[in-house]
Amino acid sequence: MSDMNPLTMAFTRRHFLHRGLVLASASVALPQFLHASAAGLPMPLEGLTSMPGVPEDHVLVVIQLSGGNDGLNTVVPYQDAAYHRARPGIGINEDKVVKLEKSEVGLHPAMTPLREMYDAGLVGIVQGVGYPNPNRSHFKSMDIWHTADTTATGEGWLGRYMDSECCGQGKGESGRPEQPASGSMPGIAIGQAAPLAMQGVKASPIAFENADLFRWTGKDYNKALSEPYDTITRQEVGVNSDPDTNAAFLVRTALDAQISSDTIRKAVAAKDRVSYPGGDLARQLKMVASMIAAGLRTRVYYVTMGGYDTHAGQGGEFGRHSQLLGQYASAIRAFYQDLKVQGNDGRVLTMQFSEFGRRVGQNASQGTDHGTAAPMFFYGPMVKRGVLNEHPSLTDLDSGDLKYTTDFRSVYSGVLEQWLAADSKKILEGTFKPMAIVTKA
Amino acid sequence: MNNATFEPGGPAARAITSSMQPIKKADFQFEQARHLLWRAGFGGTAGQIQALVSWGLDKSVEHLLNYDKVPFEAATGESFDKDIMRPLGEEERRLYRKAQQAKDEDALAKARLARQNAEQADRTQMREIQTWWVKRMIETPRPLEEKMTLFWHGHFATSYRTIEDSYHMFAQNNLFRKHAVGNFGEMLFAIIRDPAMLAYLDQNDSRKNKPNENLAREIMELFSLGVGNYTEKDIKEGARALTGYTFRDDEFMFEKNNHDAASKVILGKPASHDGDSFVRTILEQRECAVFIATKLYRYLCADYPTGSKKRDAAAKSVISDLAATLMASRYEIKPVLRKLFQSQHFYDAHIVGEQIKSPVQLVVGAVRSLNTPVRDLTFLSEACNAMGQNVFFPPSVKGWDGGRSWINTSTMFVRQNTLVFLLSGRRSQGRDGLSDVEKYDATKLFSELADAYPGASADDVEKMVDAILAFTLGRTQPASRQTLVDFVKARGGKLDQKSTVELMLLITALPEYQLC
Repeated sequence: MSDMNPLTMAFTRRHFLHRGLVLASASVALPQFLHASAAGLPMPLEGLTSMPGVPEDHVLVVIQLSGGNDGLNTVVPYQDAAYHRARPGIGINEDKVVKLEKSEVGLHPAMTPLREMYDAGLVGIVQGVGYPNPNRSHFKSMDIWHTADTTATGEGWLGRYMDSECCGQGKGESGRPEQPASGSMPGIAIGQAAPLAMQGVKASPIAFENADLFRWTGKDYNKALSEPYDTITRQEVGVNSDPDTNAAFLVRTALDAQISSDTIRKAVAAKDRVSYPGGDLARQLKMVASMIAAGLRTRVYYVTMGGYDTHAGQGGEFGRHSQLLGQYASAIRAFYQDLKVQGNDGRVLTMQFSEFGRRVGQNASQGTDHGTAAPMFFYGPMVKRGVLNEHPSLTDLDSGDLKYTTDFRSVYSGVLEQWLAADSKKILEGTFKPMAIVTKA
Repeated sequence: MNNATFEPGGPAARAITSSMQPIKKADFQFEQARHLLWRAGFGGTAGQIQALVSWGLDKSVEHLLNYDKVPFEAATGESFDKDIMRPLGEEERRLYRKAQQAKDEDALAKARLARQNAEQADRTQMREIQTWWVKRMIETPRPLEEKMTLFWHGHFATSYRTIEDSYHMFAQNNLFRKHAVGNFGEMLFAIIRDPAMLAYLDQNDSRKNKPNENLAREIMELFSLGVGNYTEKDIKEGARALTGYTFRDDEFMFEKNNHDAASKVILGKPASHDGDSFVRTILEQRECAVFIATKLYRYLCADYPTGSKKRDAAAKSVISDLAATLMASRYEIKPVLRKLFQSQHFYDAHIVGEQIKSPVQLVVGAVRSLNTPVRDLTFLSEACNAMGQNVFFPPSVKGWDGGRSWINTSTMFVRQNTLVFLLSGRRSQGRDGLSDVEKYDATKLFSELADAYPGASADDVEKMVDAILAFTLGRTQPASRQTLVDFVKARGGKLDQKSTVELMLLITALPEYQLC
């Protein structure tokens, strides 16, 4: 039968995809996981998700600053003499601070690119975020933030979110969770490996450093390999084969990978809508913006910026920390400009955290050491604008460290409940009074 | 030599057997020996497989199990520094306290800086130990030793992220190696004395009047009995039994003053119970043997449960048999493995070629079976991380789930691209500078395949493709086979160095290549 000829089958499938139609032929069993939306290709904003009860189009972007960002020089309590006493070398002078109206704190001058967004009500700041018995080890504290668990055990909080709510994953006849629809990528992390925060029991986030890595590099060895590669990785499980075997599972996943790869690389290759500054965070956010523009059904994106472990030579108004914050601020500005041009800014809530802040007093190396509580930033038209709470005391300290005022899990709870319409109690495995982060959902 | 044949993909007509009787000696041929090497190790070359076939089933299994007879360098770790993260000495602590009291910022800053430098040096050493282990897995003539060391590492999962002491992680790794196919009971007695494990599960925080339950809980839940086979009370009593078990620097230490020696009831058994007695009581439970047998089955044989009634019933019966063997041998591992590696169930068509390779299995297996150059151990180690298996950094005390959890759309690409790297030296960004020198040489592979599959030669493309497919996959779908043959024919019908690499790139990109 000509339909069973693998080359014809491959051609026919490509034919279907181009037309955006799916024709079911009696002799070619369609893989059970494909559904009518153009064999898995995303339709912009159409049926972004099939999650009942969840606002269809809400996206969460998480920015992780790795190393322990110095919160005190980011959101500066410049009116407090204790701040200047503690940081004679690296403190930010009052006349340099980006003042925030009706607030006792201001931003580091390098954050000037965010001035406009702040004034337009697109920025919310929560101060003093931490947790009891703070851990000052990079690994341990980061794991605590990722798992939303002070013993740092269990799955990631976003992984648990995706497990519980996402993608209509039920159990097939085999008793195993069904694979999600081909090409659907509920969680995408930019980086070498998906962060613990995104790992769930079922949830399997995709991670790649750049779109070039989310493809087979064998094609670079010889272009002639493209066609046979596409044929062998876009196979379908034969009608006579047992669909429950690992072999069949791998064949389905291989096809899924090709479709996802096509989708992502096409999205990222699209023409720039705005210009982005240099730096790794800008690069990552640009990719995220492109994927959102292309209508990917992804709900959570995770990006990371490193370098914040400023033990020595941190600098004050200028210097290393200033450069990092400058890159950070200008990347976010470009990101939201991009989203606005797309008309998608109202759909995207961005949150930023770091694994801990730094000590109040500067150290002997013109830097700061690992500390505790620090501010979190939120971006988007939906956020509760401005500085949302008080700065922790600079005199009532815990051996030179700030005492936290807001448990980070309250912040997570706010995001889960207000933006993702999720059951935060179930996901965080505990009750934390949700912080009001979002005003217009 | 036997013609190795391959069958098109699809379920075997016969239902899976649960028989633990050994297969007939005559039934131990190329396919079976190939399967044995993949499971009792990290795969092998066609030549190694043929050697096993010539020895027969019994001698092959004994050779793999009794690997202490095979000479290989001991893992002494002389090149690793045990003192990077050593605790402060008496004098150092005295000076530090003095600096704290005097608020001597300079001295305190120096101490903090020294600590940070030590932590950085230790992280570097941890990476060195990682690559050391990957190298050992690649080079060892005792593959079962490393395969089982990896098993115990996943079973008694401890992560450097918490320990932050690379030498303790190395010492623990050697503990697993020492008892790899030894006695599980001895391993359990040893693990409650292991500094890395004690630190990981907060034993140093455990006090006579406030025992920390973490170690007791995980020993029962994850290391020996499994959920449902003990009570919360048993955990509390177990925690009391373990008080006083701690360590100083690199050595286990029993702090008698901190030990609760009063009577306890654990798993229904009243006694004054110290840590050893706690372990002994656990070992007496049949559930312990079942639990360990189940984990061994999953690691060496097949996923369980799969959801298929017939398969799961067969697996359950096999596990029960292995558990009985384990109890009868008083927790000696070898008899269990011996029985499994000789059984009809192990060589059943539903079992052979149905296990998803772990990242380590994929990488180490590719080098060992295809003779690719190693090129860059750090790259390979990081690739395993990207695939979800960062050795010495298991994601939690539960270890790695394995099976289908290894596979998602991005790990599929990492898996394929890691093979591209091994075969061609090509990375996704830029080329490996050595790739011009270290070309993949398939000479040995071809000559061994010609031996194993009569008719297969570089001149007869179709037969050679079939031979390579049978060797790498066991069996494959006819659809892929034709694509590969057509590809080579279109490239001139010859398997020279370049077209061989291209063929291998395609074969290792097949979804089925992820199976062993």
